[in-house]
Amino acid sequence: MIPFLIVVLAFLIAPLGYALYLSTQADTLVGSQEFVWFENYKYSLTDPIFLEGVKRVFIFGLIQIPIMLFLSTVGALVIDVVNTRLSRAFRLIAFMPYAVPGVVAALMWGFLYSKSFGPFVGIAEALGAKDFNFFTLKVFIYSVSNIITWAWTGYNMIIIYSALQGLSREVYEAAIVDGATQIQIALRVKLPAIKNAILLTTIFAIIGTMQIFTEPRILARYTNAVNNGYTPNIYSFNLAFAQSQFNYAAAVSFTLALVVFVVTSVVLALTRRKGRVE
Amino acid sequence: MSVLTRSPKKRGYLAPRSNTANLAMILAIGYFLVPIVWVVVNSTKDNTQLFSTFSLWFPGDWHLIDNVKGLMTQDGGVYLTWMRNTVFYSLASAIGATLISSMAGYSLARFNFKGRSIVEAGILAMVMVPATALVMPLYLMLSKINLVNTPWSVILPAMLSPFGAFLIRVFVQESIPEEILQAARIDRAGEFRIYWQIVLPMLRPALVTVFLFSLVSSWNNFFLPLVMLSENKYYPLTVGLQSWFDQASQEGGNSILFNLVIAGSLIAIVPLIISFIFLQKYWQGGINAGSIK
Repeated sequence: MIPFLIVVLAFLIAPLGYALYLSTQADTLVGSQEFVWFENYKYSLTDPIFLEGVKRVFIFGLIQIPIMLFLSTVGALVIDVVNTRLSRAFRLIAFMPYAVPGVVAALMWGFLYSKSFGPFVGIAEALGAKDFNFFTLKVFIYSVSNIITWAWTGYNMIIIYSALQGLSREVYEAAIVDGATQIQIALRVKLPAIKNAILLTTIFAIIGTMQIFTEPRILARYTNAVNNGYTPNIYSFNLAFAQSQFNYAAAVSFTLALVVFVVTSVVLALTRRKGRVE
Repeated sequence: MSVLTRSPKKRGYLAPRSNTANLAMILAIGYFLVPIVWVVVNSTKDNTQLFSTFSLWFPGDWHLIDNVKGLMTQDGGVYLTWMRNTVFYSLASAIGATLISSMAGYSLARFNFKGRSIVEAGILAMVMVPATALVMPLYLMLSKINLVNTPWSVILPAMLSPFGAFLIRVFVQESIPEEILQAARIDRAGEFRIYWQIVLPMLRPALVTVFLFSLVSSWNNFFLPLVMLSENKYYPLTVGLQSWFDQASQEGGNSILFNLVIAGSLIAIVPLIISFIFLQKYWQGGINAGSIK
């Protein structure tokens, strides 16, 4: 226990404490630091660049997370009942992107999206979309969504699949005897039973989405959609390491952490309440 | 029942001959393989072929060997250094994380001490902290003790694995009976000896899982080394490839680097994908345990 506590103290508590301290300081004109209470936080809540980034990851999450978790759930329900060579290959290959570094995934998809290296622009144009471009301001958010969906669908599918494998068979053997179809069993018996696993994947997906950094940062070379504050994490990184505004960067990070905390709490509260009504 | 040794039940007792499901799985396999296939195919092309040949098929004459040779010699063979760094950083982080989380998980599962519930809640809360909130102050702190831009700056922070501690805790509770530990105590074995000689060997499957997950998360990490390291010779593969890619794109695609970025990406993912296929059991075991609540 002691070594773990030391590591927690040195690499978690101490840096967080230090960042909290930084976030309440501001540079003075003479170059020293001054204690300013929550001024940095107050500023972040009215900072259009930060708010724009938060809004963007919100929209991103609202589109991407339902699609990804829908695919993961359907996939898990399928491999739960179909045990063939094809389904085992599917299970393995869908999980494989987890072993690919985010940087490499972004590089690979960036090449696939690009007009000179990839096939998709050509295919889109052959289908009649003129001058299709994955990197315009409007389309880019979907291009990034696709990369994240590619990377995490299989991982979430395996989590949900494990929950399905943990269910006791008697529960739905009764349903089979009653003449329920596989689809009815999936929707009425299995889905309610794995609610917690789906909730868990939702929470992790929200936490991950709010912190998006790697994909837009790598692909920024292709597009001018990625500006200084494209996502809150990119903004905070740029504030700290490009502009040396460590105090404000720390405040932005904490505000983001607070937003993550509030969003996940709201999701948890909503799902709990719904469960009680049922 | 152990979460890590539980074998998937044979289902398929009612395998519907659903063509829709089969077609959907085939399409999905295609989708997940596209980027991998693209990288494999295009690592055989030189820079002119990259622009001139169909992107999802092999060129007439192969340049895979040339690309790999180029990869090994570009910038004085720095790719090999990045590879070595990645292996070293991720092994060191994974060993550290495994040991530390095994101690933490074991203590949480088997000892009652003040503040245990706080520590447990804290471990789950750690997942929510955004990486920037942690890495930026760490950078400032480590720079004060002259540790930034050294291997330590990426290894030490990666030894903290809340997920690992959580996983070991679940495993200890499920598969190490309290009686064994009590028997050992009656035989007057010291606590450290009990941990080292009895608990650790019994934890082996869980340790392998924690090791693998820490290894991958450290192998794939981008943000931490991007912040901490400023010298080429310390980069891991992720940051190194990114720096080449930036260079290649800045020079408007005239640079010779694109083929190297592609070959480099391929070589960077091969070891993990191989380990992944051969160690499937442990991966899925970890996820099983992680999803139990």
